[in-house]
Amino acid sequence: MEFKTVLFYIFSAVTVVAALRVITARNPVHAALFLVLAFFNVAALWMLLQAEFLALALVMVYVGAVMVLFLFVVMMLDINIERIRQGFWNNLPLGGLVGLLMVGEMAAVLSGRYFGLANLPPQNMPANYSNTKELARLLYTDYAYPFEIASVILLVAIIAAVMLTLRRRKDNKAMHSSDQIAVKAKDRMRLVKMAPEVDPPAAAAKEGDQA
Amino acid sequence: MEATVLPFVEGLLGSIWPTVRPVWPLIWTLLKIVLILAPLLLTVAYLTFWERKIIGWMQVRIGPNRVGPWGLLQPIADGLKLFLKEVIFPTASDKKLFVLGPIMAIAPALAAWAVIPFSPGWALANVDAGVLYLLAVSSVGVYGIIIAGWASNSKYPFFGAMRASAQMISYEVSMGLGLITVLMVSSSLNLTEIVGAQSKGMFAGMGVGFLSWNWLPLLPMFAVYLISGVAETNRAPFDVVEGESEIVAGHMVEYSGMSFAMFFLAEYANMILISAMVSVFFLGGWLSPIGFLPDGFHWMAAKMAAILFFFLWIRATFPRYRYDQIMRLGWKVFVPLTLVWILVVGVWMMSPLTIWK
Repeated sequence: MEFKTVLFYIFSAVTVVAALRVITARNPVHAALFLVLAFFNVAALWMLLQAEFLALALVMVYVGAVMVLFLFVVMMLDINIERIRQGFWNNLPLGGLVGLLMVGEMAAVLSGRYFGLANLPPQNMPANYSNTKELARLLYTDYAYPFEIASVILLVAIIAAVMLTLRRRKDNKAMHSSDQIAVKAKDRMRLVKMAPEVDPPAAAAKEGDQA
Repeated sequence: MEATVLPFVEGLLGSIWPTVRPVWPLIWTLLKIVLILAPLLLTVAYLTFWERKIIGWMQVRIGPNRVGPWGLLQPIADGLKLFLKEVIFPTASDKKLFVLGPIMAIAPALAAWAVIPFSPGWALANVDAGVLYLLAVSSVGVYGIIIAGWASNSKYPFFGAMRASAQMISYEVSMGLGLITVLMVSSSLNLTEIVGAQSKGMFAGMGVGFLSWNWLPLLPMFAVYLISGVAETNRAPFDVVEGESEIVAGHMVEYSGMSFAMFFLAEYANMILISAMVSVFFLGGWLSPIGFLPDGFHWMAAKMAAILFFFLWIRATFPRYRYDQIMRLGWKVFVPLTLVWILVVGVWMMSPLTIWK
């Protein structure tokens, strides 16, 4: 058995166990961390398939950013796992049906005409073959327009999400750095010369004697 | 380097060489890992000493000078002390994650060194996607802090973890975008080739190679990358994650002894890593600044030392940023600046004025 095969079985076993623990772990933070572990092992599996760009992008995007934000939220919420589990048996038939349907669809697609074993690209690429370069060439030449449209849609989604949650508070006392830097002395204090509004008390002159 | 070592090893082992031969790649890789990590950890130890000395001098103090000649054994004494201290587990902590936290902090800090080239051909793994690997591994570093902060089950560590996750993710964006211009001008993801691309150019031909390095044409990105690097390692003036005056020590509050030392090691290993990355991406790695001087690892070491001094210098100089100012700098200054500069470099490369061919 090749060493790569041993690695494959190790990574797949850890992936399956971690994925199972995601749905069985009692603590939501543990579940999220098991999901991170599963992502990591899937990245390792992709690396074995010589898809280094996808593997590293998975770690960078999902492990490095998405799951951190996910944990950020999960850690701050007090999630009662017992209450979430209450409807388990009622929802099981529907959930099981959806799950089976998904497994069936994936089996149909993966064993079909396009993704069958015979249609896979040859595994042994030349040593200087760069997955990243090939992917970039395709994305920025043949699929330039779909790629640009997808990125614009994502940008719109970001702006929409920000605008939906943004609310300007009236009582906000946050300072703006540029205003602070641009401030002049005369903005803060103004010296005015004016006549006294009330006459100074006559007794003030005698104050020194009393003391 | 392997070609020079191999005959020597063969001669040394003599008749038992054929039995060693199948596992030789494993031995050789492990040897290289030790060759990288042992000096690294020694550098980490003496960086802490150097930091205390530098800050001492800048504040007109003497700094550590009691242990050994000129205080040179201070880091050894500190390490020994931390090693002998008890690791205390808070009663309400999540024990398994409490142990996992420091491990997750130090593992990426050391793993990232696998692709750093020290000299032509002197890298543990000279891979094509080296930059991607660095970005991926360094983005995992935040887990150590988050896990530690949550597992401690205590207020200050949790605040530290929340601040860390927000800050490190924000500055990763500007670091990544800053790197894109470097990738554009060197048209490679391989770190050795990125250094190689900086050895060519008009000024390199004139014998003043240091003007051909990426820092000059990409000066705004150099500044953004360096400052983001400081923020990414949670060093002063961006050290709100630990912020002594606000949240004591952030995620490290509940840690003691060796488990605390591992966070400490990770922070300094990350500092050295950032300085290595800056010198590879912007300062020409092992290339010599002047044409007639030979290239070599000593140049890279000198550049890294200069950047590390910058880290310590700004720690002694600047007051800590307020949290909203950190976020503002990251998102409202650095990200737009990098986006604009990507466009500028793209247009520059396509124009007849291009200096990259």
